[in-house]
Amino acid sequence: MIHLTTPLGDEVLKLRAGDTVTLSGTVYTARDEAHLRMMEDGIPFDPQGAAVYHCGPVITGERVVAAGPTTSARMNDLSGFLLDAGVRALIGKGGMGPAVREQLAGRGVYLAFTGGCAALAAARMRLSGVYYEDLGMAEAIWQIELDRLPLIVGIDAYGGDLFADVGREAKIHFEQRFNK
Amino acid sequence: MMERGASRLLEAVASATASALMEAETTLPADVLGAIEGALERERNPIARTQLENIMENVRYAGKHGLPICQDTGVPVVYLTLPPTVPLTSDLHEAVAEGVRRATAAVPLRPNVVDPLTRHNTGDNTGGGMPAVHVMPGDDLTITVLPKGAGAENCSRIAMLLPSQVGAVARFAAETVLLAGGKPCPPVVLGIGIGSTFDGAAARAKEALLLPIDEMTPYEQEICDAVNALGIGPMGLGGDVTALAVKVKQGHCHTASLPVAVNVQCWAHRRATRRVEV
Repeated sequence: MIHLTTPLGDEVLKLRAGDTVTLSGTVYTARDEAHLRMMEDGIPFDPQGAAVYHCGPVITGERVVAAGPTTSARMNDLSGFLLDAGVRALIGKGGMGPAVREQLAGRGVYLAFTGGCAALAAARMRLSGVYYEDLGMAEAIWQIELDRLPLIVGIDAYGGDLFADVGREAKIHFEQRFNK
Repeated sequence: MMERGASRLLEAVASATASALMEAETTLPADVLGAIEGALERERNPIARTQLENIMENVRYAGKHGLPICQDTGVPVVYLTLPPTVPLTSDLHEAVAEGVRRATAAVPLRPNVVDPLTRHNTGDNTGGGMPAVHVMPGDDLTITVLPKGAGAENCSRIAMLLPSQVGAVARFAAETVLLAGGKPCPPVVLGIGIGSTFDGAAARAKEALLLPIDEMTPYEQEICDAVNALGIGPMGLGGDVTALAVKVKQGHCHTASLPVAVNVQCWAHRRATRRVEV
């Protein structure tokens, strides 16, 4: 098990798709609306070595109640500017498209957290700030301190992509069974 | 007297709806828990096992602390059975909506319900057609809630197959899961509606998700095996268990039609029922 802490640097370049890691430090939640706002207005936090978490949490007051990952593929066309600005890790579920795989090359990784595990995630989180609160609870950027969140490297910095590999294999099984 | 009886019943409906929704959001039904435990027993892929272990730990933690299992607390889908003595009124619909608002504030649930075009969020998980309320006749007044998250719902599909394509139902179901990959948070449960009409197939697909998943007919098992043979695994990271179960509900259809709908449900297959005294 590899333990990562933000801000992230070149240590992410040593990771390979399929590795199990934990992540501690600061993450910034962002979904569709936050990405669109950041593209328009600029990134409101320091992006150098940052980790962006595809998540729309449930927050009450100062407390993270539930904060599992959302489907990352919705951000497929919205992520390049973050990596250009120095973001080193995107965290979410379900994997991302070939364009993001190319954008990550030589720079960063995509980390998968178990979809739906919102209570487990919240147990390892402390709220430390918020941006764009006017976007609403699900779409705001929440700054969260993580304590060893268990993650799987889904896409590495060398084009290794666990989701794409699994998808390719699944396609072959499908063709063999139904399109003979 | 009539007036007071009616208002007491409406309050009971609101209270029971809130109570069912609170239970559904924070605990999993026994058949679903059993299916996930069964998945952990037969899953051999080490990465897949970490995902299933996270799921089990998450469910235990949520139950212990009364927290939502998933932050996508879904949109409220509600099934009512009404006995002959209880009329279907707009007040009854409003009582169910009131229950949803109470649960939204109490758990709390994430406000997910928005206008489809302006995307304006109503803030309390109710709105036009929300909660989605489906009514069937019954002996008792029962309220079953099925909070439905978007990750899985968005991967659902419908097809108007040809009468000659009876054998292609399993193919369509497997193709639906193939296209979905890790997006619907597998291991999934598939509700499949076969027959009826275009809309009737979709309604039956969702009703199929109300059936217990600890048993499958040979036909359901065959489709489930075809889905699991894809190897997509928990969260699309690869593995033996892609589907926990497949449930089918059918209806008669036009001789020239074969509507098939696949409603995809994530592993957090949340549902709960309350019976209301009338």
